[in-house]
Amino acid sequence: MDNITKMLLEQISDFNGEYKGAYNIRVDGTCAGRQSSENIIIENKTDAPGLVIKIRPGTVGESVSIPACVTHGDIDDLVYNDFFVGENSDITIVAGCGVHTETGEPARHNGIHRFILGKGSKVKYVEKHIGTGSGDGIRSIDPVTEIIMDEDSVMEMETSQIGGVDDSNRLTSAVLQKGAKLFVRERLLTENRQKAKTDFKIEMNGEGSGADVISRSVAKGDSYQSYHSVIIGNAPCTGHTECDAIISENGIVDAAPELCARNEDAALIHEAAIGKIAGEQILKLRTLGMTEEEAQQTIIEGFLS
Amino acid sequence: MLRLENVSWSTPNGIKILDGLSLEIPDNRLTVITGPNGGGKTTLAKIIAGIEMPASGKIYLDDRDITDLDVTQRANLGVSFAFQQPVRFKGITVRRLLELAYGKKMPESMVCDVLSRVGLCARDYSEREVNATLSGGEIKRIEIASVLSRHSKLSIFDEPEAGIDLWSFTNLIKAFEQIRENLKGTLIIISHQERILRIADTIVVISNGKVSQMGAPEELEDSLFGGRNAVAPCRKQEALLNG
Repeated sequence: MDNITKMLLEQISDFNGEYKGAYNIRVDGTCAGRQSSENIIIENKTDAPGLVIKIRPGTVGESVSIPACVTHGDIDDLVYNDFFVGENSDITIVAGCGVHTETGEPARHNGIHRFILGKGSKVKYVEKHIGTGSGDGIRSIDPVTEIIMDEDSVMEMETSQIGGVDDSNRLTSAVLQKGAKLFVRERLLTENRQKAKTDFKIEMNGEGSGADVISRSVAKGDSYQSYHSVIIGNAPCTGHTECDAIISENGIVDAAPELCARNEDAALIHEAAIGKIAGEQILKLRTLGMTEEEAQQTIIEGFLS
Repeated sequence: MLRLENVSWSTPNGIKILDGLSLEIPDNRLTVITGPNGGGKTTLAKIIAGIEMPASGKIYLDDRDITDLDVTQRANLGVSFAFQQPVRFKGITVRRLLELAYGKKMPESMVCDVLSRVGLCARDYSEREVNATLSGGEIKRIEIASVLSRHSKLSIFDEPEAGIDLWSFTNLIKAFEQIRENLKGTLIIISHQERILRIADTIVVISNGKVSQMGAPEELEDSLFGGRNAVAPCRKQEALLNG
């Protein structure tokens, strides 16, 4: 494994020379290592590039990592990964992605992830995206996440993209049955001339289902972000979205949270706030001895933590 | 010692708030600055912290001219300021704010100690975000804890009692009484509250942009607590404090 791959793996996952539990490492479109476990079976997908990951019912406390790296320019990697999570299991899935280019040529990773959660299953899904390297080659990451949630399943999705990715287009959709709960935490930082687009579509079809989507982002330099979420309540359910953005310099943020209540007992809330860092916040931290720049950095780090 | 000489300040639209004010604040004492609303108390506090710059006059800290130093520079010389309306930070926990004030990581016992000084339990508060979920009384106490965490030479509290409910107020007064008992460094409190005025070493009355009276609480007894200028005590407040 070369140093670029190691560096990317360390930044996008808990890699420290090895992985605990089941894993599959994808580097430049090919498999660079795989390990199934007794309860988590990783196989090649037969009809498209990618993996089929099957988690046996009742698997508790295990994890599976499927990081993907693009280590040089002129690569356009497309992968389909399907997760079948067995009933009543409780597992962690880590699926980071790092793209690196130094040659001026573009590097792109497009990961299409489908999660099929069985009844009563619980998944913590962590996804980190980074772009590294020098030169003008565009680093793109375009993740698609589809989540199908059976009764009483729970999914916590933590996704972050803190710098280095020039262009990203994220699509996340979920369909929730009775009693299913979805929590999404998105953290995003763009700078220079980077662009990031995020779309969420969540349909709550079962009684007692709930979704909570919280996105915090910072747009610096000449970067552009667009946030769009649609929460559809087709049954008695609760939905909440919050989109909070800090803009600085010439950063641009478009935010459009959308709610569709299609049942009398659907309780849906959205909150959206965009603004620069409040002057009083900087002043408070300056009274603690920080310079203005240190204060801004501290506020942004806290906001995205 | 903090010394202000002939300090003047006007609002951007020309209303004179401080008018040639001179004042000496002794070290390691509690000085409470009071006076009518609009008299210039908060402006004076902000001028000492460097948040506002005087139009004319000089400010000395331990005989060093700090008039032209900004907020950060004064903070690094040991000046702290507790805001009347504390700001909130999404994503920054109470512990993180206290550590930013302290300048480095704090052991659990220290977080516990500083929060208990303002009547809060570290277990309930240290991992909470300093955001809109905190009540007015809670955020005020955390603001005071952030200033106490700095162990500064000079700490200024701008109307700690403003904007909080009666129950929190009672606890806040008690917290200040305890801070007074273990006084370290110089404390300046801007306040209208008789209970706070009574624990002062020196009371300074500011009106019309100048020092109009100055002295120990007992020296100003008649004019502040007994005479025409007295603030009528709130019976509910007194009952809570004495109960």
